Amino acid sequence: MSTAESTAETATAETATAETAGTTGAETQEERRTPGLVPVAESMRTTERRPPEPSASAPAPAAGRVWAFWRLLGSELGLTFRRPRNLMMLAVLGVVPIVIGVALRLVASEEGMGGLVQDVVGNSLMLTFVSFSFLVLLLMPVAVSVVAGDSIAGEAGAGTLRYLLAAPAGRTRLLLVKYLNAVVFAYAVTAVVALTALVTGLILFPAGSVTLLSGSTISMADGLLRILIAVGYVGAGMAALAAVAVALSTFTEVSIGAIAATMVLVIVCQVLRAIPELGSITPYLLPSKFTNFDAVLRSPIDFGSLRDGLLAFGAYIVLFGSIAWARFSGKDITS
Amino acid sequence: MTTVTQEAGAPSGAALPPGVPQGMNAGEFAIVTEGLTKRFRGGQVAVDTLDLAVPRGSVFGFLGPNGSGKTTTIRMLLGLIAPTSGGYSVLGLPQAQALPKVGALVEGPAFYPYLSGAANLMRFDSADPTAPRASAKRRIAEALDRVGLSAAAAKRFRNYSLGMRQRLAIAAALLGPRELLILDEPTNGLDPQGTREVRALVKEIAADGTTVFVSSHLLAEVEQMCTHAAIMRTGKLVAQGTIASLNGGLVTRVRVETPDVADAARVLGTLGLADVLTSGGEVTAELGGHAPERVNAALVGEGVAVRGLAVVRPSLEDVFVGLTGEGFDVDG
Repeated sequence: MSTAESTAETATAETATAETAGTTGAETQEERRTPGLVPVAESMRTTERRPPEPSASAPAPAAGRVWAFWRLLGSELGLTFRRPRNLMMLAVLGVVPIVIGVALRLVASEEGMGGLVQDVVGNSLMLTFVSFSFLVLLLMPVAVSVVAGDSIAGEAGAGTLRYLLAAPAGRTRLLLVKYLNAVVFAYAVTAVVALTALVTGLILFPAGSVTLLSGSTISMADGLLRILIAVGYVGAGMAALAAVAVALSTFTEVSIGAIAATMVLVIVCQVLRAIPELGSITPYLLPSKFTNFDAVLRSPIDFGSLRDGLLAFGAYIVLFGSIAWARFSGKDITS
Repeated sequence: MTTVTQEAGAPSGAALPPGVPQGMNAGEFAIVTEGLTKRFRGGQVAVDTLDLAVPRGSVFGFLGPNGSGKTTTIRMLLGLIAPTSGGYSVLGLPQAQALPKVGALVEGPAFYPYLSGAANLMRFDSADPTAPRASAKRRIAEALDRVGLSAAAAKRFRNYSLGMRQRLAIAAALLGPRELLILDEPTNGLDPQGTREVRALVKEIAADGTTVFVSSHLLAEVEQMCTHAAIMRTGKLVAQGTIASLNGGLVTRVRVETPDVADAARVLGTLGLADVLTSGGEVTAELGGHAPERVNAALVGEGVAVRGLAVVRPSLEDVFVGLTGEGFDVDG
């Protein structure tokens, strides 16, 4: 693999060799000299001839590779969750359930109202589901698209992508880290909404057994479990959206372009869903599945609906993940 | 370096590019390219069948006017862009194994403005799968110290001056033990003091045995710090070799400033100097094997009023002009 000819292949199939990157490098790393500490008289080649001594402290190649992957993911998460812009979005999403809760409380106190308001006012847990049904349509997708759409395009635009790849981060490895980071953020968004809604609900409305859409009543513990299932489902939906945004992010060096494109797709889908004549295609649109979390409000839980949604999310992740990989692994980085 | 892999997979002598000294094998080169070509979409050929051979341990100047394909070549060597045709070998290793041993500065510094200098280096260190986390802090401190940024380690990159940014980029290239340093225009944007510092740093790094591949459009700068050079023009290699061999093709001349132009020219002619040229107030001629002090003595002895006498050695710029027949247009 080290002939001049074969390195040309290595350049294009870099992602394939990236997986073996940690092996020899990690072993030789430990016993290599530190620049500046070697007498000038000692030439490069005499240093090289030193046989590689297996270092006891060096982790096994495979384990080292895994640790290095977690280290890069940790660095990525650190950047994401320290960035003021992202924290601001989480804060805004955390405030919305409080606003909804207070508004419903004020409305309800005027006089007895039926339907949704009555459901929420009747039980503290319902606010979580109401918050989700408002936020999954637009605000949560915005937050996820900002982080996921910025993932590759932002680095490319800032020029840091070329230094990450020359490090070498490895293209497949970097893409995977970027996507996992977006998934973690998607779940963070979902969890923040659920938690503030839950706390707000518990403060403003009576706790106790929950009356479901079907009219039957479940215990509070069962209700909390169902919130957990809803969080898992909504987070998965946001993770699928993140795959779309990451894929779009590999096509541009302007992160706002990838973010806007994702948002346009979400909004167009919402519009298409509103057109009854297009009923045959709407089930295939990603945002159509976001609201399926209400299956946990049926009795028993409508697992079929959740499964359909999760399969759709999986399909979107595989499809757009492949597009992102195909694009990014062969892309010329000229920024 | 895994010598076994390197020797087993090294190209034979016959596969080396023309111009490579006989009897050397690929293991003695930090960089070898063979017919390396990059044609961008739209048909523009940025790099045209480039055959480069960078000996290990050299300070190799990669010269050419702006837009001559230097950065495109460097991007290919770093795996950032794929060649259209041809091949290359860095340290005789597959890309993923070679790159951790390569420190690079490509087209200026690029960092996260909201992070401190040290945090930026930690970020790039974490991207290298071979960099041990345990020693990261120490290596970062050493790299910052080496470029004189220790005092600004905790300062946000946003608040760095241009020179500090450039130095941080060099620190990033020095994070690990490197066998090859690729520096693309390392003195861009630096003041004369910063330029001198970079030159001193390059010499120091080279003294450790690290190969330094430095691209520049400033010929004089390269001449001062390099042992070897390659000259590019519109994507093609014009010449490569040691600085001495590149200069060897051109002759040293002597220049005499005098009011007695005609007399001076006659004296130089009788001394046997070739190619005597006169222009208002000065006479120049090929010095050949003559000692300049003897030339001066002869001139004075003949009563020529010598106001100044200089030995003009050919510069790389003269080499470039001689090879291409055109000026080295810095702004091109």
